[in-house]
Amino acid sequence: MKNNRRLLATPYFFWAAAFIIIPLGMVFYYGLTDKSGALSFSNISAIASPENWKALMLSLLLSLISTLICLLLAYPLALILCNLHVNQSSFIVLIFILPMWMNFLLRTLAWQTLLEKTGVINSILKFLHLPVMDIINTPYAIILGMVYNFLPFMVLPLFNVLSKIDRNVVNAARDLGANSFQTFVKIIFPLSLPGVISGITMVFVPALTTFVISDLLGGSKILLIGNVIEQEFKQASNWHAGSGLSLVLMIFIIISMIITEKYDKDGGVIS
Amino acid sequence: MIVNRLKKIYVALIFILLYAPILTLIVLSFNASKTRAKWGGFTIKWYLSLFQNEQIMTALSTTLIIAFVSALIATVIGTAASIGIFSMKKGWRTFYLGVTNIPMLNADIVTGISFMLLYIAIGASFGFPTVLLAHITFNIPYVILSVMPKLKQVNYSTYEAALDLGASPVYAFFKVIFPEILSGVASGFLLSFTMSLDDFIITHFTKGPGFDTLSTKIYTEVKKGIKPEMYALSTLLFLSVLILLFLVNKTPRKEKKQIIKE
Amino acid sequence: MKKSLVLLLCLCLGLMTIGCGSKSSPNGKVVVYNWGEYIDPDVLTMFQEETGIEVVYDEFETNEIMYPKVESGASKYDVICPSDYMIQKMIEHDLLSEINFDNVPNSTNIGKDYWTQSKQFDPDNLYSVPYCWGTVGILYNKTMVDEPVTSWSVLWDEKYADNILMQDSVRDAFMVALSYAGHSINSTDPAQLEEARDLLIQQKPLTQAYVIDQVRDKMIGGEAAIGVIYSGEAIFTQRENPDLEYVIPDEGTNIWIDSWVIPKNAENKENAEKFIDYMCRADIALKNFDYITYSTPNDAAKELIEDDDIRNSQIAFPDLSQYKLSTFSYLGEEMDEYYNQLWKEVKSE
Repeated sequence: MKNNRRLLATPYFFWAAAFIIIPLGMVFYYGLTDKSGALSFSNISAIASPENWKALMLSLLLSLISTLICLLLAYPLALILCNLHVNQSSFIVLIFILPMWMNFLLRTLAWQTLLEKTGVINSILKFLHLPVMDIINTPYAIILGMVYNFLPFMVLPLFNVLSKIDRNVVNAARDLGANSFQTFVKIIFPLSLPGVISGITMVFVPALTTFVISDLLGGSKILLIGNVIEQEFKQASNWHAGSGLSLVLMIFIIISMIITEKYDKDGGVIS
Repeated sequence: MIVNRLKKIYVALIFILLYAPILTLIVLSFNASKTRAKWGGFTIKWYLSLFQNEQIMTALSTTLIIAFVSALIATVIGTAASIGIFSMKKGWRTFYLGVTNIPMLNADIVTGISFMLLYIAIGASFGFPTVLLAHITFNIPYVILSVMPKLKQVNYSTYEAALDLGASPVYAFFKVIFPEILSGVASGFLLSFTMSLDDFIITHFTKGPGFDTLSTKIYTEVKKGIKPEMYALSTLLFLSVLILLFLVNKTPRKEKKQIIKE
Repeated sequence: MKKSLVLLLCLCLGLMTIGCGSKSSPNGKVVVYNWGEYIDPDVLTMFQEETGIEVVYDEFETNEIMYPKVESGASKYDVICPSDYMIQKMIEHDLLSEINFDNVPNSTNIGKDYWTQSKQFDPDNLYSVPYCWGTVGILYNKTMVDEPVTSWSVLWDEKYADNILMQDSVRDAFMVALSYAGHSINSTDPAQLEEARDLLIQQKPLTQAYVIDQVRDKMIGGEAAIGVIYSGEAIFTQRENPDLEYVIPDEGTNIWIDSWVIPKNAENKENAEKFIDYMCRADIALKNFDYITYSTPNDAAKELIEDDDIRNSQIAFPDLSQYKLSTFSYLGEEMDEYYNQLWKEVKSE
């Protein structure tokens, strides 16, 4: 009986082999060969060239900052949402997924309208005789775009773990004389760690690899590693170089995968 | 009291952050002037011309068909796979779940590129099928990860009891196990649908000439100036989902709590 | 949950039926790959109605984005509209097929000068039929710039910091810097190119953004004071915002031609030729000119322009002898890579 059921995974086995494993193999193949097809590490070591390195470091910096901001914004929010009446909170959480139904390019583009020199925010500031903001086409705008787009990915896993924490544990700590701060540091935060970790991965990886946000809010002046890869493929048609840089990116992704795996015994990041 | 007020203000601020751009888009959809930069008065003409705009309408239907079909196929393959994986020994199970995690954790850009390289290697011509296959692939993991936790909660003695009472395994499955994992299957479908709808990067790398989903259409329009009809369309889509949410929320159900947890 | 799912499905199916209106055409199709906003959409509908050939239309932003798609063969196009140097590159890489001019009788409407000019990249006029041409120059907003603009140097003027829009394509960006420094726009001298790179890096803090088609909207909206733009956009933007003025700098600039070509792997070559022929028809060329306002090489269409101001406009049809103009040529694989490399260095700065 159990054997029969195991067979149900067969279609997925072939599917995964054909569309997950083989394509990845192609990236490895292109990344590790040069134009003549000979084995070469030059595509990987290209990351060390000044312009690629700068792009990678900038991407790392911006994505780390946005991940941190996301965490700082989302944690209190998730705590507050958890303490609401259950029925109400489910609705509020759905409200956080709702923006995802408006196309993400349009949402990002809307920020352009808001932030532009003659944009909405500056018009309001001018009307109030306040100094105008000039952050469009700067790294700040990109961070804003990242935080905005990926915040729900941080809120949801945090909300999930926090809402599963047993009230009794918290109450017990309070009964035993811990103040709110101690309860938070000793009980709530350690218990929410899996959510924190999966939230961090879910924000960090897309932020590290994005090319769209930097394109739309950076005025093409700021080159992130995602832009470099996209341009290698779509403009320079240098697939070997593009694949090599993708492999470098995958190192960071694998690291975050291992960390997630360690904290998330269920084997899934969103459960 | 003060703490409570602060909490409310905090939540409200985050809401403003999340919804300011959406509000902007809705306002722009009523802007009579064609450029984003100027306010030219109130109009609903974009809503009328939207339905005459064949390109946008085609892109919309392509997007929905891709999202629907890919979510459906992914749900079938993914649900079957979850049941299979669930009954496997630990080693295999870890292997499968590891593979499943690849498209979820891997950067969209790498996934997109890997598909492009595969299609070019086998000489496929880019278009509807290439995009559909890619979407199914990145949707399956969402289904598996929604269904797996449900399978853990299933009470298998009921299933065995059904077998003892003479039910065939298939019948027993659909009568006993399936209802219990249904909410997981459904949320897997919804999640897939949403992901497919919102995807740009993977479609960007796997699409062919003359084939556009809303995302890729918007991306090309971004570069040359967005047509106001696009704002009108997104406003309509957004509002329909919002209304839907309200309708669902009016009839509270036990299941709902579970979708969110998934 | 179930209810929401059902509602969602109804919504989808409803919307799907609205959008589903695909018609199959009796005479096959033609897959066109053109620049963004580079044709009057009505022309496509008219072509479809008159010939019964379905047009599958796709757009690209720069020559560099177009090339890999065609080269890889993953997307099979029937007609493409690249620029001069890119056509040369495609010919050298054996990607184009010869056009059968018997099927393009209207090509005689194209003025003689343009055929001569095309010989620079298509020596025997075998592969390409000119569609539009123009120059690259500076568009500035008279309310934000007081002095008369005559030189590329204005793009390096600190007064206009954060008010400058540069072109986001390799060759155009380097053309500006090379012309400003007094070198050939087809320079292959590493010293000159590095000088151009340094100029662009020096300019970067002053630029507001690197853009392509967006320059039009931004200049109309008054987002920036100065923009590098194709001459064809000038008439359009002036129509929308009379404060804008277009100039060709004294140091000289690029004169370009975008021409229709048929790639080797085209599946509907005859339809492609029909399409090109249609584009050469005087009334169609005029319709396109009115819509996109890029200079047309179609003499018969030019005769039909009613507005004298536009027919004699120095922007649409400049007296070429007045300016220092040169055409891009393809510089070879290695130089391509070198340019890309330098451009990346500018962008990552």
